[in-house]
Order: sequence, then C-alpha cells, then structure tokens
Amino acid sequence: MEFLVQLLNGIQYGLLLFLLASGLTLIFGIMGVLNLAHGSFYMVGAYLAFWLARQIGNLWLAVPIELAMVLMIGVILEMGLFSRLYRRDHLHQVLLSFGLILIFEELRSIFFGDDVHGVPVPEALRHSIPITDTLSYPVYRLFISGTCLVLAGAMYAVIQKTKIGMTIRAGSTNREMVQSLGINIKLVYRWVFALGVTLAAFAGMIAAPVSSVYPGMGGQILIVCFVVVVIGGIGSIKGAMIAALLIGIVDTLGQVLLPEFSGAAVYLLMAVILLWRPRGLFRVA
Amino acid sequence: MRSRRDFLKVAGCLTTGTLLSHRFAWAQSGKLKVGLMLPYTGTYAALGNAITSGFKLAVAERSGRLGGRELEYFTVDDESDPSKAPENTNRLVQRDKVDVLIGTVHSGVALGMVKIARETGTLLLIPNAGAAAATGELCSPNIFRTSFSNWQTGYPMGKVVADRGLKNVVAITWKYAAGEESIGGFSEGLTKGGGKVVKELWVPFPQVEFQALLTQIASLKPDAVYTFFAGAGAVKFVKDYAAAGLKGKIPLFGSGFLTDGVLEAQGEAAQGLETTLHYGDGLDTPRNKAFRQAYSKANKGEPDVYAVQGYDTGLLLAAGLEAVRGDASKKNDLIAALEKARIDSPRGAWTLSKAHNPIQDIYLRKVVGAQNKVIGVAHKALEDPARGCNMKKT
Repeated sequence: MEFLVQLLNGIQYGLLLFLLASGLTLIFGIMGVLNLAHGSFYMVGAYLAFWLARQIGNLWLAVPIELAMVLMIGVILEMGLFSRLYRRDHLHQVLLSFGLILIFEELRSIFFGDDVHGVPVPEALRHSIPITDTLSYPVYRLFISGTCLVLAGAMYAVIQKTKIGMTIRAGSTNREMVQSLGINIKLVYRWVFALGVTLAAFAGMIAAPVSSVYPGMGGQILIVCFVVVVIGGIGSIKGAMIAALLIGIVDTLGQVLLPEFSGAAVYLLMAVILLWRPRGLFRVA
Repeated sequence: MRSRRDFLKVAGCLTTGTLLSHRFAWAQSGKLKVGLMLPYTGTYAALGNAITSGFKLAVAERSGRLGGRELEYFTVDDESDPSKAPENTNRLVQRDKVDVLIGTVHSGVALGMVKIARETGTLLLIPNAGAAAATGELCSPNIFRTSFSNWQTGYPMGKVVADRGLKNVVAITWKYAAGEESIGGFSEGLTKGGGKVVKELWVPFPQVEFQALLTQIASLKPDAVYTFFAGAGAVKFVKDYAAAGLKGKIPLFGSGFLTDGVLEAQGEAAQGLETTLHYGDGLDTPRNKAFRQAYSKANKGEPDVYAVQGYDTGLLLAAGLEAVRGDASKKNDLIAALEKARIDSPRGAWTLSKAHNPIQDIYLRKVVGAQNKVIGVAHKALEDPARGCNMKKT
C-alpha cells in the first residue's frame, strides 16, 4: 500500500515538472532559444496567484486574468528582447535571460517583499481522501495531476494534429523554407514563446497553494527542469513527459529507499541515460 | 622650468596634506566599520532582513552611536551558499577592513566565517546560525554568538515529549548541520526521559518536496514526530503535514523555527503546534512589550525571533564598545567586556557561557491564533555543553 501511494506521489510530482519543462523544451528545442529565466516565470505565476487571489478573493477568477497578463509579458519580452537574439550565440541568450532572472527577483522583492506567503487552497478542493487510518491524500494534489494530464493531451494534439502544430514543427527543422512558403514564422515563434512562458507561470500558479510562494523558488525548480529537458531529448514533448515522470518517480522513491543519496538520484539517472543515449530519449530531428 | 618645479612642490604638499588630514580624521572620529554578511535573497532572505532591522533598532536607540562612535555599514548578501562563504567573508575582512563582522543565518556559511575569523582575529558576532562547532570545537576568544546553539533548541523538547509518555518518535529534517544537531539534542533529551528516536528522515537542503517522507511517516505510525525546518521549508512542511491527514493523529513537535515568522503563511495548519525556543512573540513581559512596540514603529510588520537576535547583537556590541569608549583596537578589553555583559533582552536577560554562547531560558510555546504563546519554561538557564571547546586566551 505504501509503495502505491509513493508511486502516486512520484507521478504527481512528475506531472508538475512536465508542465514546467514542456514550455522550456518548446522554447529551447523548437526555437533554439536558451531561456534561463523560465524558472522566473514559475515564480511570477506563483506570486501573481498569491496577489490576485488576495485582491479578488477567488483563485478561479484570478487564473484567467493572470494567464492573460503573463501572455502579454511573454509577447513583449519576445518582441523587445529575445527576437533580436535568435541568430546569435547561445551565450548571448544566457546573458540576457540571466539578466532577466535578476530583474524579476528584484521586482519581486520590491512589490512583494522577501517573506514567505501561503496561498489558500480553493474551498471546493480543500478536503483529503482517507487512504489508511493515518494517511489521507489531499484532493488538490490529484487536481493538479488531472490538470497537467489534460494540458499534456491538449499540447500533444495541437502540435501533432493541427496546422499550427505542423508549422511549428516545420519551422524547427527549416525556418527559411517555411518562410518562403508564405508563412509568417516570426509571428508563430512569438506565440510559441509567449505560450511557453505562460505554461511555466501556470505551473507556478497551480502549484502555489501546495508549495507556498517564497523568494528564489524559480531557481530551485529550473535545474530539475533542465534535467527533464535533457533526458527527454531537447524539443520533444513526448520525451519531456516521460522524463518528467521518470524523474518524479526516481526522486520520490530515492528519498524513501536511499535517503543518503536522494539528492543525487536524479542526476545519476541523467548520467546513465545520457551514456546510453547521448541525445536524450526522444531527440527531435 | 620654474613654474613646473613650483607646481610639483605645491602638488606634493597638497597630496601629503590630504593624506595626513585623512589619517588624522580617521583616528579622531572615524566611523566603526560593521560588516553585515546575511542572506538577503533565497530561502532565508526574510531572516536576514529581520536581523538587520533588529540590529539597526538597537543602534538607533543609542542615537546611532555605539560607545560614542558612529557606524558605517558594509553589506554582503551571502545567499545561504556555503561555497561562497570564504570569498564573501574575505571581501569584508580584507577589502573593506571591517572592525566587526556580523553573520549569519545558515550554519554552513557561518562556519566559513568562523574559519576566517579564527585566522584573522576579526571580531565575529553570530546573530543566528546555531552550528555547535562555532562555540564548540572551533570556539575562539573573538567569536561570540547571540542566538542559540541547535542543541539548545532540541534538547528541552526531548524531555517535554518523553514526559508526556510519547516514547517512539520519528525525526525529520534537512540534511545539514542545523537539522542534524537539533535532532541530536532532541534525541539526547528524549533518551534521558526513556524514549527513543526510532527513525531519522532526511531531506536534502533546501528541497521542499516532503510528500514521500510524509507517506512513510504515516505507515511507520510513531507516537510523535519531531522536526527542524525554517522559513519556506517550515511553511510547506506544516501545510503538507496537515493536508496528508497526519495532523491530529500523530502529534507534531519542533524546534521553534517551525512556527516563527511564518505563521501567517501557514494559516490554519499551524494551530496548536507546540515548539521550544529561546523566545516567543507572545512573551508577556514589559521588556518584550516595549521592544515589540519600538520595532513595529520603526519597521513595517511585527518582530520575530530573528529580529530579537539582531537586536541583541546590537545590545552586546554596544555593551562591549561602551566599555572601551568606542576604541575597537583595544581587542582584549573589548572581548573581556563582551564576556561580562549581561544582556537585557526582550527574550529575558541572558549572559554568555565560557564558550561564548548564551545561557538562557528555553520556552515551551503553542501556536494560538497568529501568535506563539508561551505556555511554560521547558528548561531554565540552559547552557550548551560546548563539546570540544578549548578556549586559548591570547
């Protein structure tokens, strides 16, 4: 019984990681832009959820407003900054996005201070399901998993089955060819970028009630996200899904079975997979 | 030719003059250089800020002067990163040449500072980090702590838990010095009372994903759980513990950091939690009330234990500097004065042990509403055992 619950814990953690990593793999894999500030958007999402939930008093209403705000921020950043660096070296992108991390952290400090804040779980999802006489499982965690699964399905459908998805995939292989077919690839990329960071913000938002919001929360999770992207194969949504689940489960079971090495388990997994498949599980093109 | 020589002469005189007057001024009324090395970003950012505010309040209460000297601050964000500790400390000691070094929150970083303080002889006041070694095997005449040792916050709780007949206890904490030592102290107290820590669970610092270990606790079914977490980790652990349905079934105890400065964020989940610490914001003494009033007036927000520790650091430094009339170069006199100081703290008066750690009352507190209400004294005038301390007088 305990093992099954642990497996559930791992899957739940993995699904949340996927939501974050999928945005990163889209931006990094398809557009070739290295965005270190991805974790900052996770933080932005969490803090906006905290702030709007307090202002409006309702997380459900806060979510769409916030998503629209982050989407706009994404579009503006792409137009103003990232679009200028597409053809440049990755180092320039690293410098730009590292600068953004510092700016976001400072803005956070100015607007919200450096305290830890809690975000209340929405009323309807506040109870727990009893599993054994001492253990119950919070419904909100199951809700997070469900939401991640729905989004994963939607993303897969859009990228594999729709015309937009086809354009995005084509653009990642040969940008000039897509352009010469009369498709405005720049516009497509703008929205891919904005959607990618919005996904990260959304992950921060739905995770806020369980993780609480605190300074530097984006940096911690960014590292694990990069591990997911690298293991899954850069640019592959399917790979990100499998890698995220793998890491969620390995990290959870590692904490229980090998507590001495739990911090290293994830990186060990990465090393082994990269030895076996240097380009990750599902490298695109 | 002539004009050039004249020019050189004048220039030479001017330069010497400036240099001399500069030195002269420094000897007369130079400001005391205070190096603040604290976390201003990351998990412990709020703690660093509270310590700074507390310290500055103590200075402000003395019209900005300690022992007649004004202070000049040099601030470094240590990021709670032990690997950057030597470089950050050296920046303050070697480059800025501070007279006093104050820091920090994270035990690992503090030990890095201790090492350099021992090498250079710079006066170090530790306003939080409870690492045993700082006033244990690495103790030194120029190193003082105004907060607590990790052992001090764990040991009394061990006795409290054992006295209630809760004998089989699971301990869970971050895998770093503070967590290990707090659990060590707790275990010692618990064993003395006839109980036993049946399992120790570790989380890598500063990870906050506890779900797996909570599941394990539920299946181990101990009589009680003891924990050491602080800051964001404390918020998340307390909320997760309640959400996993463990609250009310397996009683949770902790060192006081679990519920300090984070009650608003923990909300309902923290109600009724009992912890031990050397301070409680609900401590009902005139001294504490006066302090709380002054602090809330000077800063936005209520003071917590970290603010008290920062404040006491200011009080201790003031006591030392007043004894030497602000002349920090009289190191032996300064140290002797610090050792003799009796600090009239909001937490209750305390003195320093031979190893330079506070001898203080440890309170048993219970979360009621938005306050850590003091419900008793868990241990009176508790002194850290200071294992391995061999203080050599210089």
